[in-house]
Amino acid sequence: MRQTGTKIKKRHMGKGLLAAVSLALVLGGCGQNEPAAGSASPAASPAAGASSGESGDGIKVGILHSLSGTMAISEVSVKDAEMMAIDEINAKGGVLGKKLIPVVEDGASDWPTFAEKARKLLSEDKVATVFGGWTSASRKAMLPVFEELNGLLWYPVQYEGLESSPNIFYTGATTNQQIVPAVSWLLENRGKKMYLLGSDYVFPRTANKIIKAQLAAEGGELAGEEYTPLGHTDYTTIISKIKAAKPDIVFNTLNGDSNVAFFKQLKDAGISAADLTTLSVSVAEEEIRGIGADVLEGHLAAWNYYQTTDTPENKTFVEAYKAKYGADRVTADPIEAGYDAVYLWAAAVEKAGSTDVAAVKEAAKELEWDAPEGKVKIDGETQHLYKTVRIGEVQADGQFKEVWSSGEPVKPDPYLKTYAWASGLSSGS
Amino acid sequence: MDVFWLQLFNGISVSSILLLIALGLAVTFGQMNVINMAHGELIMVGAYATYMTQKLFQSYLPASWFSQYFLLSIAASFAAAFLIGLLLEKTLIRFLYGRPLDSLLATWGVGLVLQQLARSIFGAPNVGVKSPSWLEGGLSVTQGLVLPYKRLFILALVAVCLLAMFLYIYRTTAGRRMRAVMQNRDMAACLGISTRRVDSLTFAIGSGLAGIAGCALTLIGPIGPTIGTYYIVDAFMVVVLGGVGKLVGTVFGALGIGMTNTLFEYWTTASLGKVLVFLCIVAFLQWKPKGFVAMRTRSLD
Repeated sequence: MRQTGTKIKKRHMGKGLLAAVSLALVLGGCGQNEPAAGSASPAASPAAGASSGESGDGIKVGILHSLSGTMAISEVSVKDAEMMAIDEINAKGGVLGKKLIPVVEDGASDWPTFAEKARKLLSEDKVATVFGGWTSASRKAMLPVFEELNGLLWYPVQYEGLESSPNIFYTGATTNQQIVPAVSWLLENRGKKMYLLGSDYVFPRTANKIIKAQLAAEGGELAGEEYTPLGHTDYTTIISKIKAAKPDIVFNTLNGDSNVAFFKQLKDAGISAADLTTLSVSVAEEEIRGIGADVLEGHLAAWNYYQTTDTPENKTFVEAYKAKYGADRVTADPIEAGYDAVYLWAAAVEKAGSTDVAAVKEAAKELEWDAPEGKVKIDGETQHLYKTVRIGEVQADGQFKEVWSSGEPVKPDPYLKTYAWASGLSSGS
Repeated sequence: MDVFWLQLFNGISVSSILLLIALGLAVTFGQMNVINMAHGELIMVGAYATYMTQKLFQSYLPASWFSQYFLLSIAASFAAAFLIGLLLEKTLIRFLYGRPLDSLLATWGVGLVLQQLARSIFGAPNVGVKSPSWLEGGLSVTQGLVLPYKRLFILALVAVCLLAMFLYIYRTTAGRRMRAVMQNRDMAACLGISTRRVDSLTFAIGSGLAGIAGCALTLIGPIGPTIGTYYIVDAFMVVVLGGVGKLVGTVFGALGIGMTNTLFEYWTTASLGKVLVFLCIVAFLQWKPKGFVAMRTRSLD
């Protein structure tokens, strides 16, 4: 009986599968190209004459972020900010009298894809530089490609430090510009007992290794340490453990969607910011929108930039970003760092008079720029930025109120050489 | 002692969420044998339908009505996922019955398409859904034991869904037809049942249940284009462990995974807990390959 059934259907099967596959291909293709093409067009229009390949009157720059997959949640906005910086530079006449032509590639939240696309950008498109990456895993995947082909990568996100490649400029914070000062501030102001909660991958584990060494040196106490897989969505058990450990502070290095689940469930468990201090290093304005300001109100975060940071440059930056991408969009630290990266590279190229990697690197040394976050300076030795550290408290409107700031840009120290307690950490890497 | 009761409640709560996400799959995979990899994305559809309902209430209705939006959004997310499921069945799935591997690939593709579609419509970042005020807070049993209303609500919602499915499958004409078709398609067709219509309806109902799960998940988790990917593996595990083809098996599957997961996670860590749960499932399926409740019928041979 079943035989006849399948036999009858067999006639339709070929057609059905063909239809399915072609539908998936067509729709998938549209979906994949849509964001890249959509955002590339405004930038490409002023330089319409100089389409790809024609680099005589234009300079090609690569943009490599995850536009699909799980990391698209964060990276699409950084790409938007970088495209905006390129548009602004082009509107002012470009770099060395040439327009910038962005070549946008999708890393697809997949680390080997990042390496592959980086190789494509460098050897096929022959881009002058690449702005891209978010997760440390994507940066570590791209690093050997940039070193091998002597390319230049501008990486815009705060990270765990202990790295300094001659082919990468790091425009996000390293640990001594975010985590280390945040821990010191917490120990002084909020208590000694700290619970470490993070996603289970390289950044939280390295960050927590550093924090544990710092706690031991500065008189803090470790109440517990817990890691959850990326994308973990049930935190009730972790919250029970936190309740049992009774810490003063939860230092949160969770990444991505897990933050939403953790904070919603923390609130449901009846724990508010008044009962327990939490400080996050991966929750910015963009994430607050997805979690809900009512859930996060009163919780802390450490960054170098907030949308509310009070500088004239930031006012223009926020206005331009909202005018371009919609009034409901928000700016955040990595978005600003991506924007800075484009301007810093452009300034270095102008100073060098060429896009040659060695010349640009030489020119970039000690280069200063008035960024939306305030003055930043490239440290020639480590190729990181001097950045101001800020601790902010989430307000009811989803914006941060600055509660503490370092007052001046802090010199980057990715290997924490200036901290005696950190001497055992960097040797391992 | 409070911790024990709290963990017991957490275990039941996790089980109820697992059951809710797996219930739709128990219908589409369990009853129809379609390996529906787009099930997670139907959950996402439900979550976004909730978000849209909230938006509509905020824009067009007085603020005092806002807290009631959630009840309507349950219906809206069911309807949205139901319609998409129906469309999916009519245009794609019906060509793939009896070919599990092809349906696996095709529905996975559909899942990717839906994800990217959501990203194009709603943007890549997560969106926020404000929980209704009557679900804020919790029931204080003792000082240290607070049962969040949201969790209790989800428990109740699961119970209602389960009861409704039970009544539908075992007490209505449509449900009887569905069982007849799933058990012996040719015989049912001979008796004058329009198997094609039953297939469409069954798949759409399974999809609609995924929508309700998506609606409930907005209370406790993220709402973004990729949320489906977080739940799809768990959903399949529940159905396979429970035994393909029986709703009551799915209930046991969800309880088994939810309770052991909570227990192991409390004793060890979240990552290790998950590994141990996987190991237990593998061991269990070695012992009982058909899951908790095996379906005894010739059609599954």
